Amino acid sequence: MNKEFSFAAGTVRHRGGFTLHARQVRLAWLMLVPALAVLIFVALYPLVRTVYSSFTDEQFLGGTTHWVGFANYYNIFTNNTNTAASYPDFYSATIVTLKFAVISVVLEFLIGLGVALVLSSQFKGRGAMRAAMLVPWAIPTVVSAEMWKWMFNDISGVINDFLLRIHVISSPESWLADPSTWLGSVIAVDVWKTTPFVALLLLAGLQVIPSDIYEAAAVDGATGFGKLWRITLPLLRPAIAVTLIFRTLDAIRVFDIFNVFFGNTLGKLTMATAIQTTIVANNEVGYGAALSVVMFVLIAIFVVAYTTIFRVEQQ
Amino acid sequence: MSANVTPTVSVTPPAAGAMTPKLAKGGSRQNPWLRGLFYFLLVVIAFYMLFPFYWAIRSALTPEVDAGNTPVQYFPSDATLSNFGDALTGGVLKQPLINSFIVAGLVTLLSLIVGASAAYALGRIRFRGRTIMMYAILSMTIFPQIAILGALYTQFSNWGLINTRWSLVISYLIFTLPFTIWVLQSFFASLPRELEESAYVDGASPFRTFWAVMLPLAAPGLVTTGLLAFINAWNEYLYAVSFLQTADNYTVPVAIANWPPATSGSAFAQPWDHIMAGTVVVTLPLIVLVLIFQRRLVAGLTSGAVKG
Repeated sequence: MNKEFSFAAGTVRHRGGFTLHARQVRLAWLMLVPALAVLIFVALYPLVRTVYSSFTDEQFLGGTTHWVGFANYYNIFTNNTNTAASYPDFYSATIVTLKFAVISVVLEFLIGLGVALVLSSQFKGRGAMRAAMLVPWAIPTVVSAEMWKWMFNDISGVINDFLLRIHVISSPESWLADPSTWLGSVIAVDVWKTTPFVALLLLAGLQVIPSDIYEAAAVDGATGFGKLWRITLPLLRPAIAVTLIFRTLDAIRVFDIFNVFFGNTLGKLTMATAIQTTIVANNEVGYGAALSVVMFVLIAIFVVAYTTIFRVEQQ
Repeated sequence: MSANVTPTVSVTPPAAGAMTPKLAKGGSRQNPWLRGLFYFLLVVIAFYMLFPFYWAIRSALTPEVDAGNTPVQYFPSDATLSNFGDALTGGVLKQPLINSFIVAGLVTLLSLIVGASAAYALGRIRFRGRTIMMYAILSMTIFPQIAILGALYTQFSNWGLINTRWSLVISYLIFTLPFTIWVLQSFFASLPRELEESAYVDGASPFRTFWAVMLPLAAPGLVTTGLLAFINAWNEYLYAVSFLQTADNYTVPVAIANWPPATSGSAFAQPWDHIMAGTVVVTLPLIVLVLIFQRRLVAGLTSGAVKG
């Protein structure tokens, strides 16, 4: 609503002596109440409750709950996995999560950028390509994880069969069990699932770069690579920033693929699967809550740091 | 994330992308070697993207007895549709499909009703506290679901909602509602002012202006956000696998991930031929949906990135 209109509206008096603007404001709050109520009920209250129970030894259906102060946090930061068999190795889970996040986001970004650059040139079937790229994004992660789990199967999986045929490997590999291949296997699936989505985001960014900039550069004798480095990438920066931050957040929260591939397997937990196991399988609600708070704070720090860096860069 | 749509989204009604940059394709036009390498990479990427789908369909069409044979057949010699029948009539997927439709449908409906009204307030009305509200909603869109898993788990258990569809309908609002509000408020904000003004001039109340004039105008935005909310709710796994305990309450992702072991006579602990038939069955409707609404989905998913 612009100024002149608010001014005009403000002078018109209606029922009950309220100005139109006052009635609009009252309506605004009335319309916000349901949403606020829902968000307080489903997010804010549980969050407060999580913080509270992180200071307790609360167990799911486990009788009396005691206040334990910072004991849970102490156990997390000393990585005390011995206090009970049901405490996961959160340190190793954090390392796994960070490795996964960094490698998969970098690969998705590089491949996604390549695909976006290819798709931004005019060719037949571009629309169909774009539609096809939505499919991996739209199908449930669990479904794609199952498809890949079957392909990775050590006895009759197609990946082993194919690599044996072309003599890349000499005996079947247990991709998801072998310490040197399991993380790479999960990353391959995540890259498969998410790269098209990254490419779509970057493609949208590419399409708002005016073409006359490229024409001017061509007149000045810029080469293909020069154009990419000096025009495309700098102008694509906002799209790149948004893509990277949301992909990184998703990667840090990764749950579905790891749960389908490894369940509760020790050493192959991420932060999210470790927390879910602690709470749902081991019933340690209090300890799980403390882990949740730690993860929440890590994510918050990441978001604040990232947005600050990006804002500083923009100026 | 499970179902992770990036919540950056803001829908703008006019389609962006009239201007297309002409970029040099894959390096140099003159050098045939580079050009060859470029096309080789293209083929490799396309193969990587498409092969898993082919393989799921291949495995679904392969009779049970052949599924475990080595060497693996790349084209099934005696294709059969019986796996699809087994996947559907075996009861493994039937109830989960119904459950997922109910849960995702209700979540979408609730998000649109509650979200559209909040979005109108934020997008079209200036009032004190609006900026804070906007920040609150925006930060809610990146709220990590795992952070409140324990609290929801005990709450739902206390209320007797564990192992019910209601636990999902309630908890899915955490990610669908902020997202819906955010996208729709930018949609409302982008609508032209004239129609709203003339409604007020004609003496319509603020609510009537919203209901009879602005809401119908927002229909395209409602379709896009509704679709995205539905897909996200349909794909959600973390809460579903945590709150649902018995097979009759499973949603589709939980059913697929917890496919019951094969009964006697199979070479496998896991009946991969049936599981693959299941993945094909639940993927097809999504592919149809995506193909029908692809333009809207792309616009909805990407305009946030364009705006920065």
